Amino acid sequence: MPRVKVEVDGVTYEDDVEPRLLLIHYLRDRLGKVGTPIGCDTTNCGACTVLLDGMSVKSCSVLAVQADGHQVVTVEGLGIGGELHPMQRAFHQEHALQCGFCTPGMIMASIDLLRDNADPTDEEVREGLEGNLCRCTGYQNIVRAVRAAAEEMRQAPEREAAS
Amino acid sequence: MTAPVQSTAPGEIGSARKRSEDARLITGRTQWTDNIQLPGMCHVAFLRSPYAHARITRVDVEAAKGQPGVIAVFSGQDFADEQGSLPCAWPVTEDIIIPAHPALAVSEVRHVGEAVACVVARDRYAAADALESIDVDYEPLEPVLDMEEALREGSPVVHSEHGTNRSYQWVFENGDLDAAFRDAPVVLERRYVQQRLIPAAMEPRAVVCEPFGDEFRLWSATQIPHVLRVMLAMVTGIAEHQIRVIAPDVGGGFGSKLQVYAEEVLCLLLARRLGRPVKWTESRSEGTMATHHGRDQIQRLTLAAERDGRIRGLKVDLLADMGAYLMLVTPGIPLLGAFMFNGIYKMDAYSFTCTGVFTTKTPTDAYRGAGRPEATYAIERLMDELAAEVGLDPIEVRRRNWIRHEEFPYDTIAGLTYDSGNYEAATERAQILFEYDRLRAEQADRRDRGDPVQLGIGVSTFTEMCGLAPSRVLGSLSYGAGGWEHASVRMLPTGKVEVVTGSSAHGQGHETAWAQIAADALGVPFEDIRVLHGDTQVAPKGMDTYGSRSLAVGGIALHNACLKVVDKARTVAAHLLEAAEQDIEFEGGRFSVRGVRDQAKTMQEVALAVFAAHDLPDGVEPSLDSDATFDPDDFSFPHGTHLCAAEVDTETGFVRLRSYVAVDDVGKVVNPLIVEGQVHGGLAQGIAQALYEEAVYDEAGNLTTTTLADYLVPSAADLPAFTTDRTESPATTNPLGVKGVGEAGTIASTPAVVNAIVDALRPHGVHDVPMPCTPERVWLAITQGAGGGLGSTSGGNP
Repeated sequence: MPRVKVEVDGVTYEDDVEPRLLLIHYLRDRLGKVGTPIGCDTTNCGACTVLLDGMSVKSCSVLAVQADGHQVVTVEGLGIGGELHPMQRAFHQEHALQCGFCTPGMIMASIDLLRDNADPTDEEVREGLEGNLCRCTGYQNIVRAVRAAAEEMRQAPEREAAS
Repeated sequence: MTAPVQSTAPGEIGSARKRSEDARLITGRTQWTDNIQLPGMCHVAFLRSPYAHARITRVDVEAAKGQPGVIAVFSGQDFADEQGSLPCAWPVTEDIIIPAHPALAVSEVRHVGEAVACVVARDRYAAADALESIDVDYEPLEPVLDMEEALREGSPVVHSEHGTNRSYQWVFENGDLDAAFRDAPVVLERRYVQQRLIPAAMEPRAVVCEPFGDEFRLWSATQIPHVLRVMLAMVTGIAEHQIRVIAPDVGGGFGSKLQVYAEEVLCLLLARRLGRPVKWTESRSEGTMATHHGRDQIQRLTLAAERDGRIRGLKVDLLADMGAYLMLVTPGIPLLGAFMFNGIYKMDAYSFTCTGVFTTKTPTDAYRGAGRPEATYAIERLMDELAAEVGLDPIEVRRRNWIRHEEFPYDTIAGLTYDSGNYEAATERAQILFEYDRLRAEQADRRDRGDPVQLGIGVSTFTEMCGLAPSRVLGSLSYGAGGWEHASVRMLPTGKVEVVTGSSAHGQGHETAWAQIAADALGVPFEDIRVLHGDTQVAPKGMDTYGSRSLAVGGIALHNACLKVVDKARTVAAHLLEAAEQDIEFEGGRFSVRGVRDQAKTMQEVALAVFAAHDLPDGVEPSLDSDATFDPDDFSFPHGTHLCAAEVDTETGFVRLRSYVAVDDVGKVVNPLIVEGQVHGGLAQGIAQALYEEAVYDEAGNLTTTTLADYLVPSAADLPAFTTDRTESPATTNPLGVKGVGEAGTIASTPAVVNAIVDALRPHGVHDVPMPCTPERVWLAITQGAGGGLGSTSGGNP
């Protein structure tokens, strides 16, 4: 079995894994990082989105061995010193979640979206989050939250450093 | 006497509190069922039928047993003696056919995805691998896929032992329909198809069951931990008090988790047989076949009206696809529409006939709105057709027929009493927000210019019955249980409060809204209240969450339980203040003697005094707790006016929703933030039915939309921004004046969208586009006129 060394939310893990093991199953079943859920098996829903070296990926379509030597940040690793990340805060403030199952992936995808475009329009947020499905909110408050977080992060860019 | 600890500002109810449950959901510190890991836990995987209909002649599990990591493998035969039959709790007629429904198929499979065998293994990969080694011999039988064909003589039969595909026929009639139709100046006949939908909650289902001493702990991603516990006991014979059901964090339901599923029964039986914990987690592609579907009706409608647009009578004839089996409330779902086809309108006669039909498809059951969206779609589409027929604006034809606000309470032709509402106010507000007149002018202009992109305006003035439900009404409909809800309140010694509710939230925000209700009633700070739910050991009584019932039933139970605590506390406070009980006033969390405001005891002080019990009045128990169960006298009737503007490209058939205005009246509002969120999400699902979603079966009975790549749950890019507002006509059937809101958006929006599309295309001779209104179907309707030559005769749209 291949051996992988992966940094997840600031902690480095070394494990022997089956070559076919998906990153999401490695995170959830082996490391106990269950904050990132699985919503589908065809890479459509985005619930399992994490950051791999700062880029958002759907961790159901990445093998654990592909993460070898890389850095993973999940929703559990956001924020510094107990402070919420501005995106997490905005999701709360704007009521951008109901059941919350899509939320970890939605937050991670939104953070990546702002990395590409620090000041997106409503339309750009909608297009940018096309790969993440939510069944509860109708997306309106998610769009609001992402734009509110963008505003805050433009004003205090250092707070973004956590991710 | 000490100073009051703290008292809450008046008016938690009505404030847009940010939700307390968010803290764990935005940080990933949630407990979804699939997160649970227990010592010695094994993983279960199910082998599912690839045939729509087949006899099982042999199941060989021996090879699978030898696979690495495999602990046990079972076929249906192995559980034939103990698995019982999955329950149907709503036998709607005396002669209804309720076929046996084994959790693991024994001799015959009747839909693709039905479980036929299972593997228990050390991890999920090993379990999935071993499924490949199970050998099943099937003898294929004829699938039954079309409801109208299924009822014809000579059709193959889903359940051959019953000799017919007709499960039941249910009829409701009121008024003289013959008179209404005799010489009617206008008669409209329409046939609408409610396509089959897949609820697609974001969290797939999951079950964990652990034998623990002489009890079984069963975690499930369910909406109904209490109902599930009762049903598991009845199905398996395991005593109810030895089953504890826990619904931890549950990621959405929309009706799909209002069910007693095969996997729940089997995980319980597997845990018993193996003596160790087991877990099953559904994959999405498995769930699209194994989790129940929604809608799927053929509606034949006949409406009689005067030339001035006033309705005389309405005749509804439904075929409702049950799928292969009757599940928990399958047969009752279309009947919830029986009381809603008349909508908000007055008429002299009404008849409703529903025939439940078996097909070899996944069973149907509740999906957001459950029966009411189908009914609302029919009547709201018909109102637009009527407007076109008599040459009136669609809002004007509605105004001529709706119940005027001064006519409430109003006894409808469908036998309900609408307690309150103001359709005029909601419509007026919606028209202003929508800029109705300006958009009509633009529409006329585009028509005149022959613009290839036409503008359509869709109207939906809806109501719905929710807050399931008065137990006596459910009894009269042969439902298997009541419709009450339970709550209890515990004042803790330090003045903090535990609220226990039988309503089990899965995204609705009960932990916030319930704390708001209790804060106001008890006069304690919002932050000092914890809301407990979703565990039959913690919340021992409940009827759970569905049918927009939580607030209008469970919220009232909580309100009443709080009032009981206040009453008890008043007795103690009077004693401590050495005053007569009738002289005690309670306000803002303080009990004071009338006229002597500085002599007071706070609720927290009373709680501590009761805990100490040193100085209680004679006969008063040292307990400041209470229980209340609320059974409403009637449903609640939210209503609203939704207006949709759609741009339809007549060259490509592409539909773009340009604006959407929803003015809803859900009575008094506990938390406007949560209400707005519920409306948004409801709109998304209703719009999705109109434009995107359909569960499609091929000719062999295979579901071809098994993934989220094929079944088009809309993304953010597929939906417009919504403009929402409210009017407020308090419910008169409960003390808080509240109504349900969970399903309103879904119920209202589907006809608003389709009405807009048809309105855009009327100059092209189009009077219907079957759902979902894909560009291809819209284009066909334009090129072929009328219903686009798409007068489908099958259960699904072509």
